[in-house]
Amino acid sequence: MDSALPIADRGGPAQPLLLAKDLRKHFPVGGGLLGRGRKVVRAVDDLTISVAKGETLGVVGESGCGKSTVARLLIRLLRPDRGTLVLDGDPVDEPHGITVNELRRQVQMVFQDSYASLNPRLTIGETLAFAPKAHGLPAAEARARTRDLLAQVGLDPESYAERYPHELSGGQRQRVNIARALALRPRLVILDEAVSALDKSVEAQVLNMLVDLKSELGLTYVFISHDLNVVQYLSDRVLVMYLGKIVELGPVEAIYGNPLHPYTRALLSARPSMDPRKRTHEAPIQGDPPNPIDPPSGCRFRTRCPFAEDVCAAGEPLLTETPAQSVACHMRRPGSGHSKAAAA
Amino acid sequence: MAIQSPSIDLGGTISVLLGRSGVSRGYWQSVGRRLRRDPVTLICAAILILLVAAALLAPWLGLADPYKTSMLRRLNPIGSPNNLLGTDELGRDMLARLIYGGRLSLFMGVTPVACALLIGGFLGIAAGFLGGRVNMAIMRTMDVFYAFPSVLLAISLSGAMGAGAENTLLALSLVFIPPICRVSESVTTQVRGFDFVDAAKASGASTLAIVRVHVLGNVLGPILVYATSLISVAIILAAGLSFLGLGVKPPEPEWGLMLNTLRQAIYVNPVLAALPGVMIFITSICFNLMSDGLRAAMDVKA
Amino acid sequence: MSDLLQVRDLHVTFVTPDRTVHAVNGVSFDLKRGETLGILGESGSGKSVTLRSILRLHPEHRTRWSGSIRLEGDEVLDMAPRALGDLRGGRVAMIFQEPATAFDPVFTIGQQITETIRKHTGKSETEAWKRARELLELVRIPSPAQRLKAYPHEMSGGMRQRAMIALALSCNPSLLLADEPTTALDATVQIQVLLLIRELQREFDLGVIFVTHDIGVAVEVSDRIGVMYAGKIVELAPVEQMVDAPQHPYSRGLLASTVHDGMRGQRLEAIPGAPPDLAEIPTACSFAPRCRFVQSPCLAAPPDLRVRSDGHLVRCVLAAA
Repeated sequence: MDSALPIADRGGPAQPLLLAKDLRKHFPVGGGLLGRGRKVVRAVDDLTISVAKGETLGVVGESGCGKSTVARLLIRLLRPDRGTLVLDGDPVDEPHGITVNELRRQVQMVFQDSYASLNPRLTIGETLAFAPKAHGLPAAEARARTRDLLAQVGLDPESYAERYPHELSGGQRQRVNIARALALRPRLVILDEAVSALDKSVEAQVLNMLVDLKSELGLTYVFISHDLNVVQYLSDRVLVMYLGKIVELGPVEAIYGNPLHPYTRALLSARPSMDPRKRTHEAPIQGDPPNPIDPPSGCRFRTRCPFAEDVCAAGEPLLTETPAQSVACHMRRPGSGHSKAAAA
Repeated sequence: MAIQSPSIDLGGTISVLLGRSGVSRGYWQSVGRRLRRDPVTLICAAILILLVAAALLAPWLGLADPYKTSMLRRLNPIGSPNNLLGTDELGRDMLARLIYGGRLSLFMGVTPVACALLIGGFLGIAAGFLGGRVNMAIMRTMDVFYAFPSVLLAISLSGAMGAGAENTLLALSLVFIPPICRVSESVTTQVRGFDFVDAAKASGASTLAIVRVHVLGNVLGPILVYATSLISVAIILAAGLSFLGLGVKPPEPEWGLMLNTLRQAIYVNPVLAALPGVMIFITSICFNLMSDGLRAAMDVKA
Repeated sequence: MSDLLQVRDLHVTFVTPDRTVHAVNGVSFDLKRGETLGILGESGSGKSVTLRSILRLHPEHRTRWSGSIRLEGDEVLDMAPRALGDLRGGRVAMIFQEPATAFDPVFTIGQQITETIRKHTGKSETEAWKRARELLELVRIPSPAQRLKAYPHEMSGGMRQRAMIALALSCNPSLLLADEPTTALDATVQIQVLLLIRELQREFDLGVIFVTHDIGVAVEVSDRIGVMYAGKIVELAPVEQMVDAPQHPYSRGLLASTVHDGMRGQRLEAIPGAPPDLAEIPTACSFAPRCRFVQSPCLAAPPDLRVRSDGHLVRCVLAAA
């Protein structure tokens, strides 16, 4: 059974494990029967990301920034309007490439809602055995795999395999969801707000477990969250999204130590201080994130940006390389015409 | 899985499809436990079992011949020596006719719903799970049928096809397909939106396996509950069609038809004339209450 | 300064045919005017139940109460339905986690605010609308006159939460109860709402009880923090003391397991295990099964709340006096 074995590395460490190029996903909303007056939510717009082997890529942003859509695009639960996925050198769903099913063997996902992501009518053991069986593993081996998986996520196989999801606590259910994602021995696991619904003391247990599993199984993570502290704790590189666009991308030290984009700065300083003597006295930015239907022209952040100028409305800022990170801001692009930008 | 040869790659999938006998054990056990603690549902179930058993075993119960008329004993009151529940306008024994009538009436209530459940349920689950154009095609077709009130639709279909039990069955089945289809579609759409279905898709499983394991188990319960509540409507509709002369033909005993023929007796012996109506009422309310009880028992919250 | 609210030995038990839940097991605290008490706890700790008890929002026929809740001297647990109606939305106002469900979707924001104003103050329609407009200005909703005509779904999450605060303040309450009001909001919006609550609290000299599971949020708004576990306050202290020197092993564990700056690469100090089932009245320290420092006295009886010399309250046998 091929699915019993982990998949060997093919392209070497320098080749990205997953490369997504120019991904775009727009959702039509409203409009009449014939599509007149129809609007689109520009959930993800021309997004290019690469996930290196063995790293944890953190994705942060507020609601409506498209981070969950990215997760679903990367595992092809959603079909992109355009753009390509390349898994370890193999294009996905293209001639000479690999199939979507093969992608899903190697890339798995953990969802936020631990209850909704488990079938209430199946025991934990049946849920965990489903994917291996669907991939042709004989029942006895699938059962053995189930026991291994439960042990791996710190649940006693004897007592948990026969239980139903409603008999478990939130933390235990999320462990089961992680075990299910590992059932096919994937190389990349996408964690979409996987610890956000958990209590803090349980969150810490699950985070420790994620760190352990990564080193034991040689996994790569894409960790999507709105919680900047957790992303900082877990990630090697961080991607900041705003209204379907990348605003900043770089190593975790650079993003948290020296954020260049005004939005990243605002996000970071909006975090509660944890020190009653250093309370926040002014909100870093005002207002709510705009509706992703009809986002602002040019730079999408300009409506909330304290440094917005005419040039920001005129043209979309391109992702510009700086020594430590990449940032999409006119202020950081020499010759862009912004008064704070360096001359060309 | 001793029979399974490991060289056949399909084996795993087949075991996923077939080897799920133990799936709902825990769940149905807990439903059963809750049902046992619900006296209303238990009483309704007991009454229905009694009615069905009596109807099935009617020939062996030592009842009078339900077809035998007698000009002498017309409209005997309830409690007459030989006729416990009196006689009808042609002197036939009411008790016998009511029990024999249960055969047709119950049959007319359950069969169309069962047929509609198969067809409407299949269409609804397909529409809900596949979504998109398939959903559009199926559901818009259903909407056309929905445009007619169910009573009118049943009357016009039976009227067009002519009276008789078979045509009534057919008409009623057609009437119940759209509502069952709509309910099936909406619960399936809801279940399809749960993350566990996405997780199953992300595992690369086939559509058939996903529907079999993850969708059916979660939608069959609510659909069955809804169908149970339709049985009472079907009994009333079938009785109504017979009453109008579009259903079962005399002299067959059937509650709706009996209500019709006893109509003239309403000034002579109103209690007697109401008896078939009482049977219809008891049966349909029992089905309704049982459906409520089932729904409550199947509503699992953590 | 007299106490605005006195809660003494509050017990709340929910009884259904299926099971009994001892949600709150002896909670006592005081609140002064102009003070913010943060109640910090995880799901199932009884923090929301405690908060809702102050307005007696639990279904009467399934809830057993004991103890005392005194608001400016009036006993809430003995109040007649009519007095309770005046209390809710009048002297005591409450804001919730999800403003979308707190507003009725079929009425405009303005209609809902003016209705509350007229119910509690008997003002005329025009006066009520004028007041509603002032309130929206107060919570800094831009172009308030237009916003009054908007339906709840036409507003963003942050705006709805501001509108709910406006509704809460409409009858000049003396006590504001906040049940995780910023949990559903985005980070950049959350801080705005927290600052707004802090500011309004100062301006109107409100007593505020702020329930949250997020330590950072509690630290940002509270004067004192009470940590709840299994239906009891296990530690109650001024915010500085709580952050600098938490005494109860659970509070310490909670602070240590919360990820913040500079913890990268370190192993998190997770509290093992899970909170207890609340089906039975605890006969020992509820935290004992998860506690690293457990001793025999912990298992003999539930520990009392000890008062340290600095006023810091701890429910733990280890706490030094």
